[in-house]
Amino acid sequence: MPSQIILIGLNHRTASVDLRERVAFSPAQAIRAAEELRARRIVDEAVVLSTCNRSELYGVPCADADSAAGAMECYFSAFHQLPPGEINGALYRHLNTEAIRHLFRVAAGLDSMLLGEAEILGQVRQAYLAALEGGVTGPVLNRLFQNALEVGKRVRAETDLGTRPMSAAYAAVKLAEQIFGNLKGHTALILGAGAMGEQVVEHLRHRGISRVLVSNRSRARMDELALRFAGEAAGWEQLPHFLEQPHVVISTVSSDAPVLTPSLVERAQAARGGRALLMIDLGVPRSVDPRVGKLYNVFLYNIDDLQRIVEQNKQARLKEVPRAEAIVDEQLEKFLNWQSGRKVWRCWRNSGKSSSTNAKNSCGNTWRS
Amino acid sequence: MTSVLAYSSLGFYLASFTLYGWWLYHSKRLLGRLATATLASGLVLHYASLLQRSRAVESVPYQDLYGSMSLFAWFLAITYLGMERFHRQRSVGPLVLPIVILLVCLGTLLAPPVPPPHPPARGTLFALHVTSNILAYAAFALSFVLSFLFLAQNRILRNRKPGTVIWQFPALEVLERMARSSVVVGLTAMLFGSVLGMIWTHRLRGTYLTGDPKEIASLSIFLLYAAYLWLARTTEWRGARSAVFCMMNFLVVVFSYTVVNVYLSQFHRYF
Repeated sequence: MPSQIILIGLNHRTASVDLRERVAFSPAQAIRAAEELRARRIVDEAVVLSTCNRSELYGVPCADADSAAGAMECYFSAFHQLPPGEINGALYRHLNTEAIRHLFRVAAGLDSMLLGEAEILGQVRQAYLAALEGGVTGPVLNRLFQNALEVGKRVRAETDLGTRPMSAAYAAVKLAEQIFGNLKGHTALILGAGAMGEQVVEHLRHRGISRVLVSNRSRARMDELALRFAGEAAGWEQLPHFLEQPHVVISTVSSDAPVLTPSLVERAQAARGGRALLMIDLGVPRSVDPRVGKLYNVFLYNIDDLQRIVEQNKQARLKEVPRAEAIVDEQLEKFLNWQSGRKVWRCWRNSGKSSSTNAKNSCGNTWRS
Repeated sequence: MTSVLAYSSLGFYLASFTLYGWWLYHSKRLLGRLATATLASGLVLHYASLLQRSRAVESVPYQDLYGSMSLFAWFLAITYLGMERFHRQRSVGPLVLPIVILLVCLGTLLAPPVPPPHPPARGTLFALHVTSNILAYAAFALSFVLSFLFLAQNRILRNRKPGTVIWQFPALEVLERMARSSVVVGLTAMLFGSVLGMIWTHRLRGTYLTGDPKEIASLSIFLLYAAYLWLARTTEWRGARSAVFCMMNFLVVVFSYTVVNVYLSQFHRYF
């Protein structure tokens, strides 16, 4: 049946990270795969969506949908040089309504590993624009992906699915923004070299923090981190001096005795005019004395506090799911209406050419259905 | 006609309050815009209501406590709207509008249809003197609300339990800036209004100062808010301490607006 939509693919729910890595498409591979599917007359239109959590092929079949889906599955495993037996258990296949709903849910962030994450909408946009530029899309997939992008935008604008932080690192950055507002013109100091500390700094950089100071007991490691974060090295011995400069301190040092004591922070606070100071202690055992949190204008959070924020936000995001699903359903209905209108139009156009009364009656039935 | 306009403006303020609250809960952009538009419509109707009242008494519309409070409410709403546009922050609306609604209820709905005119209280100079001072009160009221919000948020963040709603509100430093700019507006309006008041008194009585308790209260308010600005910007009082100071200053404003006006002052009965 023409204008049907087929989706085959796998994602984080059906495939392990090892398998997902092996079936990922680079941007060039994605275009090549779409072109080959068209050249083999399996589909008229094709888009490949490949992210770290999913690899999916969307197509409009040239002829029968079931046989085209089978051919796409064979092509998928052959493209990645995997035996079909290895991949078939992980692959899912959706036809038309379910395929459309699936893409809309993906764009809305409802199918993401991190519910409501915002990056996926940009990835859907990039996949679609690449396919559009490659000339492998047509009216059906153009309309489908444009609608999917609209679903993603509406869900972000009309629900709270993506507003609250969902990772401990991002929660730390959101806290900084809740205290200081725009982070431009602010300074962060990172102590130690923990992995989560790196994530926090990356988020801070992304949110516009102007200056990053890096301090570590090992001089070599400190210089390496300073280079990686495009920051400045702050000698460990001069910590009391450097502590006077930042608005945000992230400590990833794990230490039996606290590195940052109340007297040290109090002196720094006095030197910096009592401005607000956010301290994120990611070390276990903690490296910031808990009494520091009692000092005036100091906001001290440890890893458990951040996890608690993330957990609360997860619950809040789950409450938003029905509203997001309602938007998906609404847009799905619109798309199906457009699809059936298009079917009737094509039917009338063909019947006009054949001038057969039976053909026109059959179009009337299509319209009524 | 006046009551129709007054009722309509109150209706718009109530609708705007509901929309602001709804927006805060659902964070839909359209709801926020509707809330702002409804507030702006309420302000226009309220202005028309004040104009009607002014024409009826052939003078400024604050010849009594009711009219004064109604104008106070109008200035509070318009100062908030200006701040919302300037700082692009809408989430303070649900806290400001209850005060506006309360003042409108007290000031407009309880007012007699036409208050008696007061012969000496006429003229542009007098009108500007009182209007400026009521604008200053409104700006101080706004700084009170902003400081209250600052303290509440500061407490929540220091207790490390931000919950899920806090992310909708402005950052602490933004709230502090908003409170400070509101106080700057208040101080400027107060200074302007007081100078005009002195000129008007000089024309009427040949002296700039009358020794009225209101003058002492106004000078105290001016000095207290100037001290707040200095403390909030330059010393270790910045943050929660200056917010508490700002809120306490507003208690002096309320004292000046009520006790001093009604019981102590000879010349400043209602403003």
